[in-house]
Amino acid sequence: MREIVDRIYRDDSRRVLATLIRLFGDFDIAEEALHDAFVAALERWPIEGVPVNPRTWLVSAGRFKAIDQLRRRAAFDERLPEIERQLTELTENEPVIAESGDIADDRLRLVFTCCHPALSTDAQVALTLHTIGGLTTEEIAHAFLVGAPTLAQRIVRAKNKIRDAKIPYEIPDANDLPERLDAVLATLYLIFNEGYSATFGATVTRADLCGEAIRLGHLLVELLPEPEAIGLLAMMLLHDSRRAARTNPLGELIVLDEQDRSLWNREQIREGQQLTERALRSRRVGPYAIQAAIAAVHSEAKSASETDWAQIVVLYDLLLNMNPSPVVELNRAAAVAMKDGPAHGLDLINALLARGELANYHLAHSARADLLRRLNRTAESLTAYATALELTTQEPERRFIERRMASLKH
Amino acid sequence: MKYLCLIYDEEAKWAKMTQDEGAKMNTEYGVFTGDIQKSGHLVGANRLQPSSTATTVRSRGGKVSTTDGPYAETKEQLAGYYLIEAKDLNDAVQVAARIPSAKYGAIEVRPIHAM
Repeated sequence: MREIVDRIYRDDSRRVLATLIRLFGDFDIAEEALHDAFVAALERWPIEGVPVNPRTWLVSAGRFKAIDQLRRRAAFDERLPEIERQLTELTENEPVIAESGDIADDRLRLVFTCCHPALSTDAQVALTLHTIGGLTTEEIAHAFLVGAPTLAQRIVRAKNKIRDAKIPYEIPDANDLPERLDAVLATLYLIFNEGYSATFGATVTRADLCGEAIRLGHLLVELLPEPEAIGLLAMMLLHDSRRAARTNPLGELIVLDEQDRSLWNREQIREGQQLTERALRSRRVGPYAIQAAIAAVHSEAKSASETDWAQIVVLYDLLLNMNPSPVVELNRAAAVAMKDGPAHGLDLINALLARGELANYHLAHSARADLLRRLNRTAESLTAYATALELTTQEPERRFIERRMASLKH
Repeated sequence: MKYLCLIYDEEAKWAKMTQDEGAKMNTEYGVFTGDIQKSGHLVGANRLQPSSTATTVRSRGGKVSTTDGPYAETKEQLAGYYLIEAKDLNDAVQVAARIPSAKYGAIEVRPIHAM
């Protein structure tokens, strides 16, 4: 039973939370209610059996628990009128907890609320990852290289602002939607990346987060088929299609050029390619569509050597033009190395590292090490791998670098 | 829910306005105020005298000190306010965006603390 409840918590707790926030208009009360609902489930399901629709059961249990909580609190709390108002709303308005579109919409409402422009970008990201992604403050803090107390405070402040300034829990109307979309896309991309290259723990990917980002991406595309929303979804699908090939059964990382491409998910690739074309045809091509196009070129190639690297370099040039970033330059350098040879790529990476921005980025050092390895400059390659090893915090990355170093030493 | 919309603008700009420009601005404010009265948003509003007329007062250990000038010297000064009743922050922001000075200065939207 414990396992069943754990699985439902993992799969559904964020959906239940999104609906509870709509019902209570308060993140903290909703989180408490969610917790209480699962406690109740652990008590009652072993006796009564698992309900046919656990999600609806949990929403309704959470609602009753919150009403109890509020009643108890009303006796002590000075914010009595506010609590009474919440209580009346809760007891009088029978909530819509149908299994249909409403609960899905709640998640989208939550996304738009968490990504409201009245919140700072940092707060948007933290809040979305915490409430929608279900990440702990430690995980988020780690991903963004800030202390856990700072991040926890960021989330508390954001929740307080939503409550005190009354940021509405709604999907923006058609006029505001495009403008509000950018923030949402950036946040979805971050959630996907958090799932794709988990910054904590022993596995490389957290499929649930990637799946979640993709699911929300689908929902967004349905609601607002903007080229960039389509582009982001396409990119996420194309990257996620390689998931099974990215690690071996021991959880060790396998780089793109060494992956068994027969393990790539053809269905995701087909959908990703179609969406990429759709985004590119719109003639309002943005950075996500370009990145989807790069992933689509990879997805068409039978092997790394048969990849159209010239086209990939051109796409990176376009991307840099729209969105200058040292990380994009690093990826472009790796593509140049495949097109023109490792020495050309190495020159670019050395110049990039000399500028200092990527000095602490482990992937810059491991990319450099890889090119040195291919040039048979073993000693230098080992030194660069050692630097990358010092900088990486991901267990699979560490093991990958250690394997590379071991094979170089033989 | 009530929000205070604080209007910040450069007094120096206002001082340089011609009579016609000033009259046009007054008309815009008149129309806007009428509009939000009709829509039920308006609770109260006032234009302030320039910050050169401001006095800042502090009381420490029973001793009152007064200094000339506003609390904070900034490039843009508090020029006036609208107290509005709005459904939520989005509604308040839409009202604030229509305040004529939003085109030149900035409006700070602050929820009123419920007592």
